[in-house]
Amino acid sequence: MRSQMFYRVKRGAFLILAYTVLLAVAAACLFPLLWMFGSALKTQETIFSDFSLFPQQPHWENFVVAWTQANFNTYFWNSVFYTVAVVLGLVLFSSMAAFAFSRLDFPFKNALFLLFVCMMMIPLPGQFVALYVLLTNLNLVNTRLGYILPQIDAGQALAIFLLKTFFDKIPKDLEDSARIDGCNKLGIYRHLALPLAKPAIAVVVIFNCLAVWNEYLLAMLIFSEKKLMPLPRGLMVFQGTHLTEYALLMAGVSITVIPIIVVYLVMQKYIISGITAGAVKG
Amino acid sequence: MSAVLELKKKYTWKDAPDMLTSYLFIVPALVIFLLFGLYPFLQVFWLSVHSWDGISAVKEFVGLQNFIEVIRDQYWWQAMKQAGYIAFLALTFQNALALILALLVDQDIRGGNAFRVIFYLPPVLSGIVVGLIWGWIYDGNYGLLNKVLEVFGQGQFARAWLADPKTALTCVGIIHMWKGFGWGFVILLAGLQGIPRELYEAADVDGAGSWHKFMHVTIPMMIPVFVLVMILTILGTMQIFDIIASTTNGGPGYATEVPVTRILASMLGSSRFGYSCAQAVVFGVILLIISLTQLHLSKKMKQA
Repeated sequence: MRSQMFYRVKRGAFLILAYTVLLAVAAACLFPLLWMFGSALKTQETIFSDFSLFPQQPHWENFVVAWTQANFNTYFWNSVFYTVAVVLGLVLFSSMAAFAFSRLDFPFKNALFLLFVCMMMIPLPGQFVALYVLLTNLNLVNTRLGYILPQIDAGQALAIFLLKTFFDKIPKDLEDSARIDGCNKLGIYRHLALPLAKPAIAVVVIFNCLAVWNEYLLAMLIFSEKKLMPLPRGLMVFQGTHLTEYALLMAGVSITVIPIIVVYLVMQKYIISGITAGAVKG
Repeated sequence: MSAVLELKKKYTWKDAPDMLTSYLFIVPALVIFLLFGLYPFLQVFWLSVHSWDGISAVKEFVGLQNFIEVIRDQYWWQAMKQAGYIAFLALTFQNALALILALLVDQDIRGGNAFRVIFYLPPVLSGIVVGLIWGWIYDGNYGLLNKVLEVFGQGQFARAWLADPKTALTCVGIIHMWKGFGWGFVILLAGLQGIPRELYEAADVDGAGSWHKFMHVTIPMMIPVFVLVMILTILGTMQIFDIIASTTNGGPGYATEVPVTRILASMLGSSRFGYSCAQAVVFGVILLIISLTQLHLSKKMKQA
């Protein structure tokens, strides 16, 4: 009896300590985001004196001003466009290639696959120098295509690797029966392989959406025209020219962050299982 | 069976149409990869032994001269040291916090998933956004941090945190850790949950206490995960850029310069494309050595 009592007290003390730590860290995680949002609702006068988390008179019009006058509508739709274009291209091309590497047969297949995998493993963070030179030579600086194609490349090696392991698991019988039913390669890819790979494709889509939405370095290198810029690049331009307009800046930051938070909350199951699966395999 | 058959298989002209349609599946991915992946990759090495301003038609071959200069470039090594300092902070404080949180949530705590969702929120945000938000908190004139210090009567410590050479680097490191710990937490938690429960039950039967179980079951089982988290923490932190770009941009002076900002400075600032590529190669080699060393060490530890 006594030991049970002791155990209960010990467990209780542990829980109090654990929740204190967890809640404190959770608060530290969320606070900067709440502060950003609260700051976005203050005015240029009150933002330096009003230290409440949520102002008494929220100035929602800051969002309208940021959206219409500070170009954030342009940046926002550019970001949406780039994200959709990169992810669509990436999923299409990498699923086709992964299907070929997994289910089709052709000379140099393994060598080519190895090349993709090797390039995925070797870190060369300075590659952007040569990429910039290439894009300049191809006249792709300040074009949408010049921003989309390199990002398809950046994501596709891992996507091909992931999807190939998925396609490898499709039973040969299933493929054979589809073939007997008159499916050619394209038919098997479209009607058999792609639908079965939906969970893996979901992971590829989510992670690349995050990557493209958050990308900055390439956008900084190749875009000088505002009408082409995505949100992170636009934010930096805004910060550079309106150094002290914090309320508007925070409204712009909120416009950048809120879509990603919504997507994250909806998709969090896939995201967290994706990162752990990727890490355990890697 | 199929492996043996494949070795003997010869392709004939009869197969050509079939091969051709198979190749069509990989052509888009392959073309994009060759053009935007492999070509720039190789070009970095080629440019690194040339002197080139990025515009003129001539690229003068200079041998290893760029590399010798990188090795003597004190700003380059200062940047490397500063990124190393942030990596050290991340390896110790960030990963310790991530491990403690993972151990807590692993104790079948209610609301564990809610914490997981919250902790992984900063890692999905862009470095630019995170830097801008924290820059506002650290602001010297109107920032929240100084205000809080003032309220608690510690106003003498107030300063322009990101503009003061004494504090800028550590403050950037704190932002980086805030953004990163949730990622380590998620991976460490998955590792902890992957440890077979039977091992703990067997230890219970042997009369092991919690400390004993932690030292002799949890830690040994987690070593591969620790190594993975360490490698990715170092590789990720050394390449830090977005947070720097949106807070200090390398300043004040050179106080928060990191390798990527140095490479950019050589390229865009002084138009020395060959030199920036030499820096990129040196940087890539250092990262490769770090990750190979850690993999090697983990193999040794597994055998021991």
